[in-house]
Amino acid sequence: MNQKNTNTIFWEDERVDGADKVTGKAKYTAEHNLPNLAYAVFVTSNIAKGTIKNIDTSKALAMTGVLDVIYYANCPAVPGYNPNAAERPKNVSEWRGHKVLYDNKVRFFGQPIALVVADSFENANAAIRFVKPEYETEAFETNFDKARLNVANLKPPVTYKRGPETVTNVAATVEAEYNIPIEVHNPMELQATIAYWEAEDKLLLYDKTQGPKSTQGLMAKTFGLPDKNVRVIAENVGGAFGSSLRSWSNVPAACIAAKKLNRPVKLVLTRPQMFTLIGYRPQSWQKVNIAANAAGDFLSINHEAISNTSRYEDFREGIVDVSKFLYAAESVNTKYSILPLDLSTPIWMRGPGEATGCFALESAIDELSYKLKMDPIALRIKNFTTINPENKLPFSDNNLKACYEYGMTKIGWKNRPTVPGTLKENGLLIGYGMAVGVFGAGKGTASVRAILSSDGKLVLECAVSDMGPGTSTSMSKIAAEAMQMPITKIKFKLGDSDLPPGPSQGGSGTTSTVGSAVDLACKTLQQKLKDLAIQFAPPFSGATPDTLEVKNEIVSLKTDATKKIEIVALLKLANQDKIDLTINSSGKTPEQLKFTSNSFSAHFVKLAVNPKDGKIKVLQVVTTGDAGKIISPKTAHSQMLGGVVGGLGMALSEKLEIDHTTGQIMNASFGAYHVPLHSQIPNIDAWFVNKPDMNVNDIGAKGIGEIALIGFAGAIANAVYNATGKRVRDLPITPEKLGFKSVKA
Amino acid sequence: MKPCNYNDARRGFLKKSAAIAALYLTPSLLVKAFAIDAVVPTPIAKEKLTITINGKLLNLEIDARTTILNLLREELNFTGTKKGCEMGQCGACTIHINGKRTKSCMQLAISNQNNSITTIEGLTNSEVLHPMQAAFLKHDAFQCGYCTSGQIMSAVACVREGQAKSRDSIKNFMDTNICRCGAYQNIVDAIEEVAKAGTKI
Repeated sequence: MNQKNTNTIFWEDERVDGADKVTGKAKYTAEHNLPNLAYAVFVTSNIAKGTIKNIDTSKALAMTGVLDVIYYANCPAVPGYNPNAAERPKNVSEWRGHKVLYDNKVRFFGQPIALVVADSFENANAAIRFVKPEYETEAFETNFDKARLNVANLKPPVTYKRGPETVTNVAATVEAEYNIPIEVHNPMELQATIAYWEAEDKLLLYDKTQGPKSTQGLMAKTFGLPDKNVRVIAENVGGAFGSSLRSWSNVPAACIAAKKLNRPVKLVLTRPQMFTLIGYRPQSWQKVNIAANAAGDFLSINHEAISNTSRYEDFREGIVDVSKFLYAAESVNTKYSILPLDLSTPIWMRGPGEATGCFALESAIDELSYKLKMDPIALRIKNFTTINPENKLPFSDNNLKACYEYGMTKIGWKNRPTVPGTLKENGLLIGYGMAVGVFGAGKGTASVRAILSSDGKLVLECAVSDMGPGTSTSMSKIAAEAMQMPITKIKFKLGDSDLPPGPSQGGSGTTSTVGSAVDLACKTLQQKLKDLAIQFAPPFSGATPDTLEVKNEIVSLKTDATKKIEIVALLKLANQDKIDLTINSSGKTPEQLKFTSNSFSAHFVKLAVNPKDGKIKVLQVVTTGDAGKIISPKTAHSQMLGGVVGGLGMALSEKLEIDHTTGQIMNASFGAYHVPLHSQIPNIDAWFVNKPDMNVNDIGAKGIGEIALIGFAGAIANAVYNATGKRVRDLPITPEKLGFKSVKA
Repeated sequence: MKPCNYNDARRGFLKKSAAIAALYLTPSLLVKAFAIDAVVPTPIAKEKLTITINGKLLNLEIDARTTILNLLREELNFTGTKKGCEMGQCGACTIHINGKRTKSCMQLAISNQNNSITTIEGLTNSEVLHPMQAAFLKHDAFQCGYCTSGQIMSAVACVREGQAKSRDSIKNFMDTNICRCGAYQNIVDAIEEVAKAGTKI
């Protein structure tokens, strides 16, 4: 269901870059075919840990078209690869994840150990199998379930504590453990870089990145260049979901090869390499304990978690954070440790730690509701809070109750059986479930340049990128609304580090951060137009700016619309060929910091379980979002649908399998790692509260990307319990976990 | 970050290409420097291929190992066809060969002598969008856009082959095409609308 935006005067409903995407014109990173391009392919390790004694490259080098085989012994010393840096650097810019071809250590199975460069993709690909490494292997550990049991393997925990040690009047307690396997982002576009040294010290990169500025900064440091000598272009990003939030080994590898060969080099990862070289959602174990009194008030929440990281970098995320503030509870204890394994480093994956944490918390609350014999929504409302209990600040807005109301009605919550496993339709067990998601609503700094030209067209620029949500569309809409002018005359340029600095696209922050900057740029532009009108246009002489308005490409007097001038005419009159301004938009103001801001979601699911084989079929989904004002209803709606689809994968099918005897990933392909397909998608109803939250920013909008997924897996688990009476706490939920031996596909 | 005292390394790295560029311009010298093993296939002969792409007859000389996908993307600059897995598992590279939907990563170009290829760029000759492209745009049947070309080529085949009779039959036919952004519901909406309109596509 599409919610109609009331302000549809100034725009069509479609994406501004949509026509390019449906015609194949939109160019993605690997599609910039520079002259004299060379092709690079990684050779990866087939041991999990050890030392490379030697690499025989002679056969590969002898093959047709092979230009070079670059590895630690012949790789030029990269200025930023500080050999004295700590093995586990704290500074993100020193993360080892992007360091490549610089030493003879193997840290995980599938690590790049050499780079074959040839004059064609076919020649490069043919040569990789003739690169022969010799290893000295070392003992390794990739088994999370085993290694986490020994406390000595864990990094010191981060703990949080509030409220009394012991609680009284406990009527019901739930304590349970939850496991989530490694999940892999698997965006459709393969990670890719094209590196080209335009001059000895000037680097041009086409790179698949969620942050052109972040890649620019990191590569400038890596190669000892000033930022301005590195240009990063990421015009279109074919999905990423977090995997392109940092530069991985492919970026410097392409730069090194391009430098060494003095020609542009393209490096595209293979699909199997997408499972090992660009991060993943870490494996996690959680234990949640909730105690409540007879009325359902949460007396205490204890939430403990361990997630894996690599042996060479620390990666932490907000797994236990949700338990600190989503519900009112006087006593809260959390404890979070990370476990280094001989795997590559994880990275935030859509919904990041909050999705992991909400699965456990929202499952535990559901369990508690049965013990208390309360409706799970009533139990959540009982513990609803308008004050964030962690920092004691009021939520800038929290409309979860409206989400509950809409979701309950649309999913048919009244039909939900209070005794699990008792409702059948057509011989199938039917269950209803719901769960909540929450994510921080930030606002950071960004700069936007606005150029209003003499033909009345407005160009806005910011070095953010768009991995799919439709950033150029929503930014154009914000500008159209702020300027009260048609969207067809507005162009939002992004995806280039040469544009004014903007954030990486992640953490559901783009609309708030860049949108606020676009809004500010447009308001500043309007101010300039008013000033020009007063200075140059006779009808306004002696007027003050606050008595004027800019609307429909006209400056006019608020009280007398007949006193007006068209913007184009005004620029001509003022003898200006354009207005060109750049503004800097700050983070949250002191006034906004008096609040704690979050986006919220509530997901509702109706599903069927076949009692003969345990097959789960999701019949209907209602997903609701409380994310302030919805800027672009159509693209926002699509983002919510996407969150559900991602959540279905997390809940029902996605799991990375590792062979712990070799450290090798066993299902590194779409054929073996199962992401949701067309036929697995039920009817999804996505709905927004759509109420501006003016305490977070001037545009009243908060992020959607994360809350669309956070909590969804919990809704599925809760519905499966409601259908079957079987509580599954380990994702993905498969028929085997419901007690069925195996199911033929 | 520790203060970088790598000025020497920096100069050394940045100058690197100048010193060695000449060497790499003459790869034949390198070849001679090493014993060529019998197992190494060298040199690779070019093969002649006659093929029609989006209505245009082409006479090409190609590497026999080249897939249609790589021929399109790397040689002919038809980058609308996408590479997602090179294993025939994701559908991003779907094109039409002699009117039949095919995963182009699974096809050697050389085995397509005299065949006629249609890619997303050739779906319509006019400036007006093909009805399926227009429906995808209207229903917002994509987000990042990377799987979109393949989805549209499959969707056209779905309607042409009479497989768009119900939402379930559309979904089954389209299971060949993964969309990780999760635009599935909107894709089915788009196909259903085109199928119901009944115009020949």
